[in-house]
Amino acid sequence: MAETLQGDTGEWEIVIGLEIHAQIIALSKLFSGASTEFGAQPNTQVSLVDAGMPGMLPVLNEVCVEQAVRTGLGLNAKINEHSIFDRKNYFYPDLPTGYQISQFSDPIVGEGIIEIDMEDGTTKEIRITRLHLEQDAGKSIHDMHPSKSYIDLNRSGCALMEIVSEPDIRGADEACAYISKIRMILRYLGTCDGNMDQGSMRADVNVSLRRKGVTELGTRTEIKNVNSLKAVQQAIAYESRRQLEVLEEGGEIKQETRLWDSDKMETRAMRSKEEAHDYRYFPDPDLLPLNLESAWVKEIKETLPELPDQKKKRFVKEFGLSLYDSSILITDRARADYFETVATGHDPKIAANWVINELLGALNKQDLDLTQTPVSAQQLAGLLALIQDNTISGKIAKDVFAEMMDTSKDASTIVEDKGLKQVTDTGTIEALVDEVIAENPDNLAAYKSGKDRLFGFFVGQVMKKSQGKANPAVVNEVLKEKL
Amino acid sequence: MDQQTVARVAALARLDLHDAQKKMLETQLTDIIGFVEQLSEINTDNITPLSSVVDSELPLRKDEVTDGQKKEDVLANNPEENEDFYVVTKIIE
Repeated sequence: MAETLQGDTGEWEIVIGLEIHAQIIALSKLFSGASTEFGAQPNTQVSLVDAGMPGMLPVLNEVCVEQAVRTGLGLNAKINEHSIFDRKNYFYPDLPTGYQISQFSDPIVGEGIIEIDMEDGTTKEIRITRLHLEQDAGKSIHDMHPSKSYIDLNRSGCALMEIVSEPDIRGADEACAYISKIRMILRYLGTCDGNMDQGSMRADVNVSLRRKGVTELGTRTEIKNVNSLKAVQQAIAYESRRQLEVLEEGGEIKQETRLWDSDKMETRAMRSKEEAHDYRYFPDPDLLPLNLESAWVKEIKETLPELPDQKKKRFVKEFGLSLYDSSILITDRARADYFETVATGHDPKIAANWVINELLGALNKQDLDLTQTPVSAQQLAGLLALIQDNTISGKIAKDVFAEMMDTSKDASTIVEDKGLKQVTDTGTIEALVDEVIAENPDNLAAYKSGKDRLFGFFVGQVMKKSQGKANPAVVNEVLKEKL
Repeated sequence: MDQQTVARVAALARLDLHDAQKKMLETQLTDIIGFVEQLSEINTDNITPLSSVVDSELPLRKDEVTDGQKKEDVLANNPEENEDFYVVTKIIE
């Protein structure tokens, strides 16, 4: 749903384009053999290439290329079999060479398109402009000394994919839906872990306003340092309001780079970027053009996993799930796999219900994620099997499940140990029914005189007497006969 | 090429030039550009731009950790004594 802002002079539309920087999953860096592992001691994972020492030459990592191609295919994008590495020149202490190796004129991946999922269940297409490969910079740490910044080059030279969208996004909700979808696709593909809190996925947000009905784009500002979905929401809300005020007063938006300050909850112009962007891109003379063999691209395409949207549609079609349940189950690949294991041989709707309402609910309550689940998919399937063959009722199953969450024991073991097997034997149930009827002569009389609602009372009493183990269907049947 | 452009290029390259140097560079850069511009006399219609003059394929490496763990070498030119980090004048925005 397009988000608009109401000003005194009319209604304004928010137009957003996103640049997502996603760190590629690879063991070593884009152009050097230093490790990419997160959290190492400062400056230990730095080769002399990453440190920008004179005379060092970059050598391209083939897995990074493969990951970029895989991602391009996952974004339904055109793979460019010919691409070029350029130098983007600027000075900053965390960039030892004085230039970033990137791709400017000829990126490895061209135009693509993805579908984003909105809260109300609708979808919207967002066009991808391009994806290119580039190096990450080092990390500056500002809080260790009053007048100095400390530089750690461990991240310097790690491979990034910059994924640029068209300005098709209309508001903060769509921006978040877009980022979530990109993250989901990257995780399915195994090309980026998508952890925004560790900085392995970061977004720059381009925001502009235009009067409703106008097709021309307004002047945009680029907001950096937006490192969580919440920050994306807040930064867009702030920046669009700021622009609205300027425009409503007849002012002009200055095209500039702004920084999101999450403490002050505001964006402000970045001083260092005030000198006009002049990166003086030119082809890196240290690197030849990159040519991909179409056979290799085809090979990569054949190994693509089933992607979230395909899975979502299949779950609806194959298992008869609602679109809503299906969307929840495909959020990550492990969850979808878990569900499919549970659903094998059981009613998929019941399986979906148990995974979403019981399992995810219980995990959430204990602040665990699916990788830490005490109940494996096979174990949950085992529990559903006991319900299906009438060994236990659905109600008892919930108690058994709670016990499974605590102990990680199999459902059958718990049912056996605690004697929870459902009583389906008509003789036993008849005896219980007789007892209940004998104990409640008043209610019996009332029922006979037409108080139908009391039937439920009798069912409840029998169930209670059986400690919940009587098969409710049999109890109903017997009661109907006897009353 | 004019003084202003020289000053801008110098600023982008972090070069602090005094006026005499700017004047000299203005002349030299004008000459260089003039020299290179002779190329524009050649008709390049229907010729694909060349991004490399080397007639060979870009070599790729396997994704293996073969480097790193040389903090002392990396920090050898550290402007300040510190065993873990490069230390520079504060650059926070």
